[in-house]
Amino acid sequence: MTIQIKTLDMEPKRQTFGHVARRIGEGKSATRYQEATLDVQATTNFHYKPLYEPEYWTYDPRKTRVVMEDWYKPLDPRQYYYATYNISRATMNQAVERSFTFAEERGLAEKMSADARKQVETFLLPLRHLHWGANMNMTEITQRGYGTAVTAPAIFSSGDHLGMAQIVSRIGLLLDGQTGVSLDMAKEVWVNDPAWQGVRKLIEDSLVERDWFQLFVIQTLAINGVVFDLIYKMGDAGWKDAQLTIAMLTVFMTDWRADESRWSDAVIRTVAAESEENRALISQWAATWIGAAVEAARPLAAAFLTDNGAAAEAAGEATVARARALGLTL
Amino acid sequence: MSVKKLGLKQRYAHMTRGLDWETTYQPMDKVFPYDSFEGIKIKDWSAWEDPFRLTMDSYWKFQAEKERKLYAVIDAFAQNNGQTGITDGRYANVLKLFLTGISPEEYQAHRGFAFAGRHLRGVGPRVAAQMQSLDELRHIQTQIHTISHYNKYFDGIGEFPHMHDRVWYLSVPKSFFDDARSAGPFEFMIAIGFAFEYVLTNLLFVPFMSGAAYNGDMSTVTFGFSAQSDESRHMTLGIEVIKFLLEQHPDNLPIVQKWVDKWFWRGHRVLGLVAMMMDYMLPKPVMSWKEAWQIYYTEAGGALFQDLARYGLRPPKYADIATAEAEHISHQNWAIFYQYTHAAAFHTWAPDAKHMDWLSEKYPNTFDKYYRPRWEMWNQMAKEGKRFYNMALPQLCQCCQIPMGYTEPGDPTTICFRSSQYKGETYHFCSDGCKDIFDAEPEKFVQSWLPVHQIFQGNCGGATIPDVLNYYRLANGADNMDYVGSPDEKLWNEWQADKLKTAV
Ligand SMILES: [Fe+2]
Ligand SMILES: [Fe+2]
Ligand SMILES: [Zn+2]
Repeated sequence: MTIQIKTLDMEPKRQTFGHVARRIGEGKSATRYQEATLDVQATTNFHYKPLYEPEYWTYDPRKTRVVMEDWYKPLDPRQYYYATYNISRATMNQAVERSFTFAEERGLAEKMSADARKQVETFLLPLRHLHWGANMNMTEITQRGYGTAVTAPAIFSSGDHLGMAQIVSRIGLLLDGQTGVSLDMAKEVWVNDPAWQGVRKLIEDSLVERDWFQLFVIQTLAINGVVFDLIYKMGDAGWKDAQLTIAMLTVFMTDWRADESRWSDAVIRTVAAESEENRALISQWAATWIGAAVEAARPLAAAFLTDNGAAAEAAGEATVARARALGLTL
Repeated sequence: MSVKKLGLKQRYAHMTRGLDWETTYQPMDKVFPYDSFEGIKIKDWSAWEDPFRLTMDSYWKFQAEKERKLYAVIDAFAQNNGQTGITDGRYANVLKLFLTGISPEEYQAHRGFAFAGRHLRGVGPRVAAQMQSLDELRHIQTQIHTISHYNKYFDGIGEFPHMHDRVWYLSVPKSFFDDARSAGPFEFMIAIGFAFEYVLTNLLFVPFMSGAAYNGDMSTVTFGFSAQSDESRHMTLGIEVIKFLLEQHPDNLPIVQKWVDKWFWRGHRVLGLVAMMMDYMLPKPVMSWKEAWQIYYTEAGGALFQDLARYGLRPPKYADIATAEAEHISHQNWAIFYQYTHAAAFHTWAPDAKHMDWLSEKYPNTFDKYYRPRWEMWNQMAKEGKRFYNMALPQLCQCCQIPMGYTEPGDPTTICFRSSQYKGETYHFCSDGCKDIFDAEPEKFVQSWLPVHQIFQGNCGGATIPDVLNYYRLANGADNMDYVGSPDEKLWNEWQADKLKTAV
């Protein structure tokens, strides 16, 4: 016997919102990403100029020097909206929880050599401050940027950096028996150790950049590519006997970097491809800031890996290669 | 010497404010350029008490769990054609008002909290504001996804962002948020974090969400429940901000008081749209606006301001007027929309006899005396084929941007007009509250993008109503006019007829 489920014949009048249909084509059904993103930000008929910056509207494409005919061209290949972002990060974080549990159960922190511990304290823990600076930059892009296509993933990235700053902090707490002593020490290092001063200056310089797309290039291309990759990707040898432990405890950062660069690379590629002016401007920003990041990272690499700064150079070269692959001329 | 293990509070401090440092390669004032011009004095940011302690890993986990559940309901609702189970086709108009008028403000809140989350110098409030920025993005996106299914069947929903930037009455909520967004970070926190999210939030969300529950809209109800834990975080942030500012320096009191007065009144005016929704638009009403105001403002707000009195803060100016207006505001607002139904992106209707009896019962002091006679007259006119439309463009209040239709305090038969002079021009207001706000910041409020002025200046597609509707992308004959006779009603009746057939 077959069961016939009687349902009303429901012919929808339209498949999606008007602004979405005009972009994807009439009569097509839209994805949740598209409906949550496209044309969501207000664009016109604003009421008051900001008291703190009356030369611009709150949402104003002139807050960067690059020009897009449409700021909904640089889309997110991951198609994140709030739900899928959080579900993705909750899943990524499960590996973090397993790693910390494993490290605690096996006493991996106690088993580290004094040498390795010193390396982690000096070269990994201060990164929590760099993540915090990166968080500020991505939040700035969220508030200052133009178009939900870029600004929504920017607040996701900002949440990621806060989360990573907290994972790094947890590594410190694991090392210091949950006392916080290592974190206070790491802050000392961040503020005073000569090896870190270039990087601290680099991020502080980025914090005062008013052009939000230049800031995007500084953070996602130069700083992520040179400094974070130097420590997380090219720093294995620096952790001595703690190499596996650190790889395990920073698994989130590895996953995040692969995930976020899919988005940030796509944004830069699209905005650069818009016009020769954009390409020239972004190329110049990339050259300047990748150069500054390599300069900043050289003493850090030298102290961390005793390599005379070679890893910083290598990270810089890899970033230049990445930039070229995005269509930039460097 | 052994060092003690961290307590939860210190641990959270390491996870948040411990991340920060005093910049030296760039001056702090350049890193935080916007936090001094408002005159707020902060002696010690470290005195900030974190209103909640949530690290990102827990945030992702909780929010992901909530989203999984919410989207399961949204999917099921669509699959089962839940839109046919609402109390009446009229209910869809509540969602139209919500998506065009409220959801875009969730987005504004998202961007505004990102501004505060970057530019407040204290790390504690910055982290809390960033989480709220994420939450508010959640709210607009889940609201779009919830109402998306209704959009497939009902008119007046599909152009919500376009309309939000243009349609005359939507400039009421839009200008409210534009005002907050163009203020400094401290005023933003008092305007949205405190006045809106703490003092007035229950008057916005409870009506919409209970309205949904009473009227069979299961997906919107689920959204409402799901957002509750976000909102309780937002409330604790709002209250912490105001206490912190008041504790930090006595000079902050007059500034904060001015903002509380301003944002209470501005919020009250925006909520007039909610009032009419509650009293007139819900096929199955939940409670009257007057009752809601009594519970959520007079009682809850009264206790709150009693608590804040120890800082020298007094209840908002004109709170008594707002309370008196709770007897009138929904009736006056719905009458405006009834008269201008041709220019509204949702359907209107005059209340029927049964609904008028409910209003009489809820408004014994005012409905029969002032408002029933008008509705009866308009019903009569409609019956005679002379349905009343007002074709003259109304004058708008320079501050709240609502047509000048409100009455004098204490005299519900006289329209209230106020005005101010500024640089040789005259500006008009609906109330003393709106006039005060203008007088305190005339250079800001002369900028208002007033929809009617803009139409007269030719900035809205042309001089005729069809021109303007075109500019709004408002489909004439579908999105606007009375519910009776609309395509929405036709479709709804088909569903009902179909249901009867299936039942037989
Ligand atoms: Fe919200
Ligand atoms: Fe909220
Ligand atoms: Zn007004």
